[in-house]
Amino acid sequence: MTVSPTPVPAPSRPAARSVPAGDPASNSHLVIDNVTKSFGDVQVLHGVSLSVHRGITTAIVGPSGSGKTTLLRLIAGFEAPDSGSIVLADEVVAGGTRLVPAHRRNVGYVAQDGALFPHLSVGRNIAFGLDRKKFRSRAAAEARVAELLQMVSLEPAYARRRPDELSGGQQQRVALARALAREPELMLLDEPFSALDAGLRVATRKAVARTLAEAGVTAILVTHDQGEALSFADQVAVMRRGELAQVGNPFVVYTRPSDRETAEFLGDAVILEADLKGSLATCALGGIPVRRPTCQGKVHLMLRPEQIRIATDGPIAGTVLETDFFGPEITVRLRLHPPAGADQLHGETITIRHWNASLAQPGTELRLRVIGEGVAFPA
Amino acid sequence: MTPAAGTSVSRRAGAAAGRRRRPPLPVVAAAAAVTLGTLIPLGFVVVMTVATGWETAVKLIVRPRVGELLANTVALVVLTVPLCIVIGIAAAWLVERTRLPGARFWSLVLAAPLAVPAFVNSYAWVGVIPSLSGVGGGTLVSVLSYYPLVYIPAAAALRRFDPALEESAASLGLGRWRTFRRVVLPQLWLPITGGSLLVGLHLLAEFGAFSMIRFNTFTTAIMEQYQSTFNGAAANMLASVLVLLCLLMLLLESRIRGNARYARLGSGAAGKPAALPLGRYRLPALAAVAALAVLALGVPLGSVLRWLYAGGTEVWNWPVIGQTLLQTLGFGVAGALVTVVLAFPVAWLAVRHPGRFTKLLEGTNYITSSLPGIVVALAFVTVTISLVRPLYQTVPVVIAAYVVLFLPRALVNLRSGLAQVPHELEETAQSLGRPPLTVFFRVTLRLTAPAAAGGAALVFLGIANELTATLLLAPTGVNTLATRFWTLSSEIDYSGAAPYALILILLSLPLTYLLYTQSRKAAGQ
Repeated sequence: MTVSPTPVPAPSRPAARSVPAGDPASNSHLVIDNVTKSFGDVQVLHGVSLSVHRGITTAIVGPSGSGKTTLLRLIAGFEAPDSGSIVLADEVVAGGTRLVPAHRRNVGYVAQDGALFPHLSVGRNIAFGLDRKKFRSRAAAEARVAELLQMVSLEPAYARRRPDELSGGQQQRVALARALAREPELMLLDEPFSALDAGLRVATRKAVARTLAEAGVTAILVTHDQGEALSFADQVAVMRRGELAQVGNPFVVYTRPSDRETAEFLGDAVILEADLKGSLATCALGGIPVRRPTCQGKVHLMLRPEQIRIATDGPIAGTVLETDFFGPEITVRLRLHPPAGADQLHGETITIRHWNASLAQPGTELRLRVIGEGVAFPA
Repeated sequence: MTPAAGTSVSRRAGAAAGRRRRPPLPVVAAAAAVTLGTLIPLGFVVVMTVATGWETAVKLIVRPRVGELLANTVALVVLTVPLCIVIGIAAAWLVERTRLPGARFWSLVLAAPLAVPAFVNSYAWVGVIPSLSGVGGGTLVSVLSYYPLVYIPAAAALRRFDPALEESAASLGLGRWRTFRRVVLPQLWLPITGGSLLVGLHLLAEFGAFSMIRFNTFTTAIMEQYQSTFNGAAANMLASVLVLLCLLMLLLESRIRGNARYARLGSGAAGKPAALPLGRYRLPALAAVAALAVLALGVPLGSVLRWLYAGGTEVWNWPVIGQTLLQTLGFGVAGALVTVVLAFPVAWLAVRHPGRFTKLLEGTNYITSSLPGIVVALAFVTVTISLVRPLYQTVPVVIAAYVVLFLPRALVNLRSGLAQVPHELEETAQSLGRPPLTVFFRVTLRLTAPAAAGGAALVFLGIANELTATLLLAPTGVNTLATRFWTLSSEIDYSGAAPYALILILLSLPLTYLLYTQSRKAAGQ
């Protein structure tokens, strides 16, 4: 892997956005160490290590088939790793000869479609995992169900409904309430929003994030949707071909991806040939500062499209080749005019975003300005 | 870390997750034991053939008598199967896809003959045409008894059929008939081949219906031979040939069926098929459907009622009827329960841990399911007499024979029931702190219950109508409705047999209705 994610505690990376105050670095809730897993001849996980702090939300994001769901299932205890170990709250739950079965892990799990039991009412679904010693009376169980429903912003009357009478978003919220009923230490969410339509997805995601934050539960979300990962999580782990390519704060991972593939997976990227000397890269867009460069000489320079703005006094000129209208914004493909004395970088084309459709008719000449720093990858 | 794995870490691996774990050993052991048990009849045939020796076997098989039986059986199959296909498909098409008056009513009525056991049908037709016999008689009775085996799946397939396919064909310039031939008919290939196989296997296995009209097939000849010489090599060799015919039929069907894909491609809900106006063919179509209903359902019912009327009140011998009914219920319920319980491990493995081992289990059960009752009965008679004498003609052996005969019925239902319990539900229950066995009882078993009940009902229906195995294996003095009916009608006491025929039909009707609604549900209605 290109960037080794931190093993055990002591993260060298910027800490997540909302680590509880006074949390020592050693307070790792979940530690996955060098875990591998194969199905038949296909190795799905190639030595994955990840550490998750108590109370934060981590998103594991990657294309389908990257092994992210398998990793989640190993944490839940539905599968056993071939090698490596998983430590949950200082207890080895998988590793060596030790394997704690799923029902003894106290790990909540919300499946893609909610997986509500079709033969039970909403209330009974939620009460399914309740500790019968703790909730001996029916009234106590009902009160707890009502409380859990409230946590996911559903009326207590929903307890009497059947799962098939609920909308997809409501079903997901009930599934979350059911998983929260046992007050799990760790909540696993397996693409819980992907089956919902766009509008509902955002609303449900926000509701779930709020509920998890209020309950103070450590959560791991698996998703193939970069936007969802970046907006939902305190920590993003980018998974690719069974390895973690990068782990870190969403802003850092997005603006300073560790390699070109990660950069392009997490969002649109403008990649330009550049010559890097010290911390200044010279390319078709002029000189761009690069923070903490890892290489020198001929490089690929990555900028996010939103860093390139149209400005009448911009130092770079380009001609509009074509545009694509999306309503609130427009993508504009431009051919850059080579800057004086740099004809070897003649005529590169880039795609940027802009909000004003009328400005960007094909053939128009635009002036551009670059904001912020670029990221250099070895060419 | 092997970067070489590259993109081969595919979706497949993810999909296989959760099913690749090793299945629990007790379940594997139970499933293997059940499957070995179902191999008893096949093992019996092989052992007997080997024990008889090549020369004796050839002498017993290559003789005019066997040639005559073979000719009869082949003629019966060659005549009956195509007729069942034509009638079944035509009826299904008229009922499902045209504006036939009262289509919903006819759709149910045409499925109802399945509730009339073939031997009752035969008994009824002998009453109408006393001279009924030979290949012609056998074909008549068989077609009227077995065409629903093609009709029901064909109707389900036609109902599920996406009209967009026909519309596409029309837009590509195909006329109505060519559309039917090139688009609709290929979609009916599975009901046709599957239904034909069922009809064929029934023809090979049927005893009562053909014996009643003195039409000799392998099964009737084995029964005759058995009754005259009890346990001779002659009967065993005939059984070997019969088993060979059954296996040939399986092979033929799997060759013809192929493995083409007929499921609907693409997403989105299928539209509702349009009904074709019949125009001037309306009355002829209605007459044809009504005639089929009269021949297949009206004649047996009318005949039974006529004998009842002729017999008056004295045929209603209540103490005997009551006792027979109780014994039938006892056999039926016990057999159904045992069969479903034993089918569970096999079905569970097939759904949750598909692999080479479970394929083998399923294949074995598939072959066993093709064996006629007479062969299973002969096997159990021989095995009990030579190995566990005290068990001969006891209830456990009858139940064991029922399990072997009807396990596939339970398996099919349980499989589809289990397949509708996604393993995500089981995993979710586990993550909610419930140990695996609790999960099985509170989630898996609970959700499979309707399918298990459906399977049990089908097994019960099979047992109530079973004749040969019960005749050979049941303890002396124990009678089911079918064997009592058989004894009385063999003694030409047609009036005395009538109440049993009526009860058999009435008992089967609700279950036939269940089957019919299940096929509708499977079609999404």
